[in-house]
Amino acid sequence: MTIGDNLTPMNSSGAYLGSGDLPERKPPVLSRGAVAWVRENLFSSIPNTIMTLLGFWILWEITPPVLNFLIFDAVWEGSGRDACLESVRNAPVGACWAFVKVRLGYFFYGQYPIDERWRVDTVWLMGTLGVVWLLWPRVPYKNWGSLYFFLIFPIVAFFLLVGTPTFNLQKVPTNLWGGVLVTLVLSTVGIVFSLPLGVLLALGRRSKLPLVRLFSVIFIEFVRGVPLITVLFMANVMLPLFLPDGWRPDSLIRVLVGIALFAAAYMAEIVRGGLQAIGRGQYEGAQSLGLGYWQMMVLIILPQALKIVIPNIVNTFIGLFKDTTLVSIVGIFDFLKTIEASFVDPRWATPVTRATGYAFAAIFYFIFCWGMSQYSQWMERKLATGHKR
Amino acid sequence: MKKTIVSIALGAAAIFAASAVSAQTLNNVKNKGQLTCGSNTGLAGFGAPDDKGVWKGLDVDVCRAIAAAIFNDATKVKFVPLSSKDRFTALQSGEVDVLVRNSTWTMSRDTSLGLNFTGINYYDGQGFMVRKKLGVSSALELNGASVCTQQGTTTELNLADFFRANKMKYEVVAFATSDETIKAYDAGRCDAFTTDASGLYAERLKLTNPADHIVLPEIISKEPLGPAVRHGDDQWFDLVKWVLYAMVNAEELGVTQANLDQMLKSDNPEIKRLLGTEGKFGEMIGLSNDWVVRIVKNVGNYGESFERNVGEGSPLKIKRGLNALWSKGGLQYAPPIR
Repeated sequence: MTIGDNLTPMNSSGAYLGSGDLPERKPPVLSRGAVAWVRENLFSSIPNTIMTLLGFWILWEITPPVLNFLIFDAVWEGSGRDACLESVRNAPVGACWAFVKVRLGYFFYGQYPIDERWRVDTVWLMGTLGVVWLLWPRVPYKNWGSLYFFLIFPIVAFFLLVGTPTFNLQKVPTNLWGGVLVTLVLSTVGIVFSLPLGVLLALGRRSKLPLVRLFSVIFIEFVRGVPLITVLFMANVMLPLFLPDGWRPDSLIRVLVGIALFAAAYMAEIVRGGLQAIGRGQYEGAQSLGLGYWQMMVLIILPQALKIVIPNIVNTFIGLFKDTTLVSIVGIFDFLKTIEASFVDPRWATPVTRATGYAFAAIFYFIFCWGMSQYSQWMERKLATGHKR
Repeated sequence: MKKTIVSIALGAAAIFAASAVSAQTLNNVKNKGQLTCGSNTGLAGFGAPDDKGVWKGLDVDVCRAIAAAIFNDATKVKFVPLSSKDRFTALQSGEVDVLVRNSTWTMSRDTSLGLNFTGINYYDGQGFMVRKKLGVSSALELNGASVCTQQGTTTELNLADFFRANKMKYEVVAFATSDETIKAYDAGRCDAFTTDASGLYAERLKLTNPADHIVLPEIISKEPLGPAVRHGDDQWFDLVKWVLYAMVNAEELGVTQANLDQMLKSDNPEIKRLLGTEGKFGEMIGLSNDWVVRIVKNVGNYGESFERNVGEGSPLKIKRGLNALWSKGGLQYAPPIR
C-alpha cells in the first residue's frame, strides 16, 4: 500500500487530504529495543563511550578471577589443610570453603554448648517471625505483633538463651556466646533501644523545660564526643575498677548498654533533623485541634518527621550493625572475631584460609546490610504521600 | 601530658586493685565454682578455640590444670580473651584470677604493674626462617640478607641489635600486619622472615610450600612466657606457681595420664610425695593432697601438654629445644616437692 491509496481528490484545486489514519509503522531499528538503549545509555557521546569501555574492561579483568576464586577453583570438601594446599592438590586452589564448612557451627554459635544450640535456633526462628510480622505490611494484627516482638519475644529469648533451672534449661554464661548469635543480639538490642531513646532525647533537646533540655544536650554531646571503642573499653575494663568487689555486671550486658546509648545519641540528632523539617503550621494546626503535647507529637509531628529521616535512620542501623564488630577488642567474640580466631588454627593454616574467611564475612554482612537498605527504600516509596519531588 | 594521665590512671588502677583484692583469690574461685583465666584472643598452639569452640593450647592447659587441681574438673574455667593492650588491666582490676597469655616476663612488668610472674611455661625467643635453597644453616650467615618483619614491634629492635652485634649488613622489609609479612616472604620479597620462634612454625604453615623452608637454630632474644597473678595474695601466687612446677615434676618422674594408676602404687618416695600418697603437700597450698593426681588425670604432665599442643602431636611440630627438661638439655627445671 502506498500513501496515494487512501488519498482522494478533495477539490478542484487538486489538493489531497487523507481520508483516514495512516497505518502505524515500526520506528527505525536504530531507535528501539536493545540497540537504541545501548546507543542512548552507553555510547551517547565520546566521554560516555570511553567510560563504558573502561567499565567493561574493569569487569572483564575482575570477574573471572573473583568467580574462579569463589566458585570454580574453590575447595568444597575436606577435613584439614591438605585439602586446600596447592602443593598437595596439584591444581590452583581458590576459596577453602571446606574450612568454613567445618567451622560453620562455631561461626554461628561461638562456644555455645552443642547440645543446647536448638535453643539459639528457636530464638532465631521466633525473631524472624516477629520481624516478618512487623515489617511486612500485609500481615494483619500488627498490635499483637508488637506485643509479641517487644514483650513476649525478648522474655522468652532471654530465658532460652541464658537458661533457667525452672524449665530445666542448663545455664549458658554469656562468655560462651559467640559468632552470629552475638552479632545479632548486639545489633537487635542496639536497634530496638536506640530508636525510642533517640526520639526521647531529640524531643528533650527541643523541649522548653531547661533541665530536660540540658540533660539531653549534655548526654548527646558527651556520647557523640567519644569514640565507640572508648565507650566499650571503659565499660569493660575500667568499670570494674570503680565498682565494689563482687558486684560485676555481665560483660555482654555492659557492652549492650554502651552500644544502645551510643546509637541513641546519634539517633537523637537524626530525629531532631526530621523535627526541624516540619513546618510551624503543623504544630499550630495540632494545637488548634486541642491536642496536648504528647498527642501532638505522636499523632501529627513524629509520623511526618520520622518518614523524612528514614534514609538516615537506616543509615545508622547499618552503621550500628557493622560497628558491632568493634566488641572484639574487649574480648567478646562476634561473628567477625570468630572467623579471625579460626585463622590461627594450625590445622587449617593455608595461604587461602584468611581470604576465604574474609570473603565469607563480606558475603554475610553484605546480605544483611543490603537487605536493610532494600527494605528501607521500599518503605520510603510506600510512605511517599505527597512529599515526592 | 598524655603520658601523665596514663600513668595516673594506671597508678589509680594499681591502688584500686591492691585495695579491692585481698588474700582470698582461692576462696573467691571456690565460691564462684570456676576459675577465670585471661587468655589470648587466638594464638596457634597456645590458646585458640577449636572447631567446636573449645579452647585448646599450651597456655590454656595451665588454666585447665589450675582448675583441675582445685575442682578436679578441667572444664571449670571461664576464658576471658584479652588483647595485648588490656591484659594487665584486666588482671589488676580482678576481671581475671590468673593471666596465662604468652606474656613475656620482664623486669618492668614484674615490678611496676602490680603483678607477679609465677614461672615460665614456654621459653620463646626470636628466630629466623629461610628458604632451603638459600643454603644457609645459621643466622650468622645472613650477611647482606633482606629480612621481612612486622613494623613497630620489639622484633625490629632485636633484629637491629643482632646484626649490629655481629657486624653484618642487612635490609629490613617491614609490613603492618603479620599476614602481609608472611605473604611478602612467600612471594620472595626477602631472603629471611623473622618473628618469635613459636610464631615461625605457625606462620610456616601458611606458606605455599612449607617444606621448602627451614627455621634456623639461632634464637636472638629472650622471651620467657609465663602465667601472672596480682600482687597481694601470696597463697594464690604459690598455688599457681606450684601447679606449673607439678606438671614439670610429673614429666620428670615419668608420671603420665596413661600410667597414673600404676604410679599411684609406686614405692619411689619422690613420686609418693608428688601424688600425695605421702606427706601433706596439697594442704600447704590450700588444696587436697591428691592435687597432682587431679592435674595429671585431667590435663597430663608438661611434656604431654607440649606434644599435644605445639609439639610433634600438633601441626606446628615445634621441637622441645629450650623447653626440654633440664635433664635433657633444656631449661625446664622445677624445684622438688618435699
